[in-house]
Amino acid sequence: MDDVVISTLAATLRMATPLIFCAMAGLFSERSGVIDIGLEGKMLAGAFAAATVAAETGSPMLALFAAVIVAILLSLVHGFACITHRGDQVVSGVAVNITAAGLTVVLGHAWYGRGGNTPDLAPEKRFMPVSLPGADALRDVPIIGPIYANIISGHSILTYAAVTLVPLVWFVLYRTRFGLRLRAVGEAPAVVDTAGISVVRLRYSAVMLAGLLCGVAGAFLSISQNAAFQKEMTAGRGFIALAAMIFGKWRPWPAFFACLLFGFLDAIAIRLQGVSVPGIGHVPVPLIQALPYIFTVVLLAGFIGKAIAPKAIGLPYIKER
Amino acid sequence: MSARPAQLPHWIEIGVLPILNVLLALIVAGLILWTIGANPFEAIVFLVKGAFGSGYAWGYTLYYATSFIFTGLAVAVAFHAGLFNIGGEGQAVIGGLGAGVVALAFDHILPAPILVPLAILASCVFGAAWAIVPAYLQAYRGSHIVITTIMFNFLAASLMVYLLVDVFRDAGQMSTQSRTFTEAATLPEIAAVFGWFGIKIPSTPLNLSIVWALICCALVTVFIWRSRLGYEIRATGLSPRAAIYAGIKPAHVTLIAMAISGALAGCVGVNEILGVQHRLLLEFVAGAGFTGIAVALMGRNHPFGIILASILFGALYQGGAELAFEIPTVTREMIITIQGLIILFSGALAYMNRPWVERIYLWLAAPRAGEVPSHG
Repeated sequence: MDDVVISTLAATLRMATPLIFCAMAGLFSERSGVIDIGLEGKMLAGAFAAATVAAETGSPMLALFAAVIVAILLSLVHGFACITHRGDQVVSGVAVNITAAGLTVVLGHAWYGRGGNTPDLAPEKRFMPVSLPGADALRDVPIIGPIYANIISGHSILTYAAVTLVPLVWFVLYRTRFGLRLRAVGEAPAVVDTAGISVVRLRYSAVMLAGLLCGVAGAFLSISQNAAFQKEMTAGRGFIALAAMIFGKWRPWPAFFACLLFGFLDAIAIRLQGVSVPGIGHVPVPLIQALPYIFTVVLLAGFIGKAIAPKAIGLPYIKER
Repeated sequence: MSARPAQLPHWIEIGVLPILNVLLALIVAGLILWTIGANPFEAIVFLVKGAFGSGYAWGYTLYYATSFIFTGLAVAVAFHAGLFNIGGEGQAVIGGLGAGVVALAFDHILPAPILVPLAILASCVFGAAWAIVPAYLQAYRGSHIVITTIMFNFLAASLMVYLLVDVFRDAGQMSTQSRTFTEAATLPEIAAVFGWFGIKIPSTPLNLSIVWALICCALVTVFIWRSRLGYEIRATGLSPRAAIYAGIKPAHVTLIAMAISGALAGCVGVNEILGVQHRLLLEFVAGAGFTGIAVALMGRNHPFGIILASILFGALYQGGAELAFEIPTVTREMIITIQGLIILFSGALAYMNRPWVERIYLWLAAPRAGEVPSHG
């Protein structure tokens, strides 16, 4: 039983990693007032770019870099439509998602001819699990040993990056001048503008940060958790991350815990597939997978606390009116 | 920044600008084809031939278009009320569920003339019910309809997997689908209908749903532009505050618009479940809900435009299959890409071209209108 608990908790961290990156991405974008339902598409494009570059060059670092660049380019398309041309942010996000879903398969098929998948990557071309120092030495210590060696140690470097990212995002948002301005531009862009700060530049930087983080999330999926890009491999994770961000009420730490919760549900759902639990019997796995969405809907409806979005979210900023 | 937008003549607003946007999307799509080593012009020839080259091709094109008319209308009705219904996909799934449940329950008892209308009604009611929950949450609990309808898409998918695996699965079957309905619960193919009159056309999935889709177009036109509720919907969409001032309750309008929107999306189930599959299965919607967004944007939320846009997308889907067959480096997902690009250019970047078109128009029109003060 211990083994089951430990492996489920380790899987929770793995499942939560892309969610954390994407939720933090959404946080930057939405706190600046730009709705980002294109997390999914940017992550997918990032995953494809990473898998392709890893297959061609063999370097995971280059692959990560490519993922980030491609995802930032997509976020610039989003920014160009919603910030420069004041287009509808939701429509633009949908466009990003659908274009990415189509284009990754079109390019993948044209280049590799495997129905949109990229070639399988050898371990040296990927971010493999790393053993934290002392993991082996502590393994036999009761309680702490297995927790450290099997849950905390043995993840990809990107998982550790995701966890360190959260305090970093918190610090940037709440303790730096940039963060203050970013939050202000999402609440009252006119005030920020009056203070002589460019709303457009702030929103573009927020949107690009979102792209960067989505790219990392995508790279994690295709060159760390998996060994290739597969068609539609994000499988709705971008939306789960969006849900986690809303569930965390647009704040870094609560969003992080929501990601862990949703990652945990994911891990459990995989474990319970086709298993009969003593006392409960056959567990309907699709219902467990639906729980993140149900939680988010219930939260948004104000039945458990109130999730209040940034005030200026979704509104294009028009100067001089 | 810029001056107040000038009044452009109607034919530029609803003709030139939308066509320009679609052209830009197609040019980008052409560049993508060129990048992967396919000749875009050759591709267009295969596409058009594949979509319209024979009676068989027309049948498939119109069959795809049928579903897109339903989802396009669904998105458009919500747009008129100022709402973005991104949940057409989920509403279509649940609409199909409604049709399937009624068909499975009564196909041994009721005759077709009673059962089929009942099943169509069930599609509408189920689709509407799935849309009303997010509408209610938006109207009375303040949650954002875009987020809730996205969540409801996933909920619909999960619910359908659960129902098909644990409830409706045919006992002797491994695959996740229900038993096949009896003849009483099916909509006839158009080929069969023509056959009654002694006209022979190739057998395709195109079925009587397309007639229902065209009826829906007419109903939506009358409803939006000729009825009191339609007026309230448009007024709320244009300016909720002015609508309140006129005694309209935006909360009611939200509920009604979304119910109608959901009912229309639910009719995808009529086309797919009653018309083609004749059983309940997974993933029969296959993205039609999202295509509806592109269709509505391209068709400028007007039923006539939606019919044209649906035929274009139907042609892309059918022609795309032929194209993938003729040029092996191109996959069917090229269609998804084009769809995304059309949503980008016709939707998010809809007004990108306006300033320069406006400038050209004013420059061309000014001397004749005589409004420019003469120099001298």
